[in-house]
Amino acid sequence: MTYEVVFCVATAVAIASALGVVLSGNPFRSALWLIMNLVSLATFYLLLNADFLAAAQVIVYAGAVMIMFLFVIAYLGGSADEPARDTPLWQLAASLLAGGAMVAEVIVAIASHTFDAGPQVGANFGGPENVSVPLFGTYLLGFEVASVVLLVAAVGGVILGARRPAPREPGAEEPFKPRHPQPAPPRELQTAVMEAETLITPQTRSDR
Amino acid sequence: MEVGVEYFAGVSAILFGIGLYGVFIRRSPLIILLSVELMLNAANLALIAFARYHGETSGQVLALIVMAIAASEVVVGLGLVVAMSRRRAELDVDHLITLRK
Repeated sequence: MTYEVVFCVATAVAIASALGVVLSGNPFRSALWLIMNLVSLATFYLLLNADFLAAAQVIVYAGAVMIMFLFVIAYLGGSADEPARDTPLWQLAASLLAGGAMVAEVIVAIASHTFDAGPQVGANFGGPENVSVPLFGTYLLGFEVASVVLLVAAVGGVILGARRPAPREPGAEEPFKPRHPQPAPPRELQTAVMEAETLITPQTRSDR
Repeated sequence: MEVGVEYFAGVSAILFGIGLYGVFIRRSPLIILLSVELMLNAANLALIAFARYHGETSGQVLALIVMAIAASEVVVGLGLVVAMSRRRAELDVDHLITLRK
């Protein structure tokens, strides 16, 4: 009985907060609604005996990822707000149709099939040891690829977020002075390096 | 009422549909990213529901990898949004049409 009540409450919270994400005009509120949605999904994971993933969902997702989101929204300030413009009616209708078709498709698919209750599982079905054995065994390659993707994303994030220095004028002072001065490189090498720098640094950027 | 895997799959489909609607209807790239997160999490819910239904943890492993991919997607997406705002571009996906010209 408790199971059904928890399921119904979590469903109501999940759908209401998902609608809050999509319909709220302020991105900050959208992100807060998404945190609520992620926590209600963690409740579903607990109902499905996925204890470890529920913990990971709350710590990694609702914690780390959403904090990063909130930082960026706060950094952008008012420019992050939704552009004030009316949505054309055909776009509204097409979006509703696409979302509704997706839901209808899955509901027709699961209604045309009868599911049994599934096997009985032990209390530690979704515990760390039961998840980690396939993760580091059968699916080791996928795990490694996911870690490489994370590394690439981290490097890409740094490159996207970094400010490029303005191109230096020939003869300008070095940005970093060495502690032990060394003889200057030949003049031709200096000019060649500066020309190369102008090639890789867009001239149009004015921000510093 | 017996709460079986079909109820979880239904909730997952509804969440996915709401996320899809958000991706189509919103113009701010930040909220589109949030809607994509919603869709990824709906897929995770279906994976974990069917992992429980089949009584093995492969689906949970896949859900864990989806979480890692979602985190990297957020990093790159937020980096793009910050780079856009640094170039003083308006945060409106309808104005980002340079590749279409």
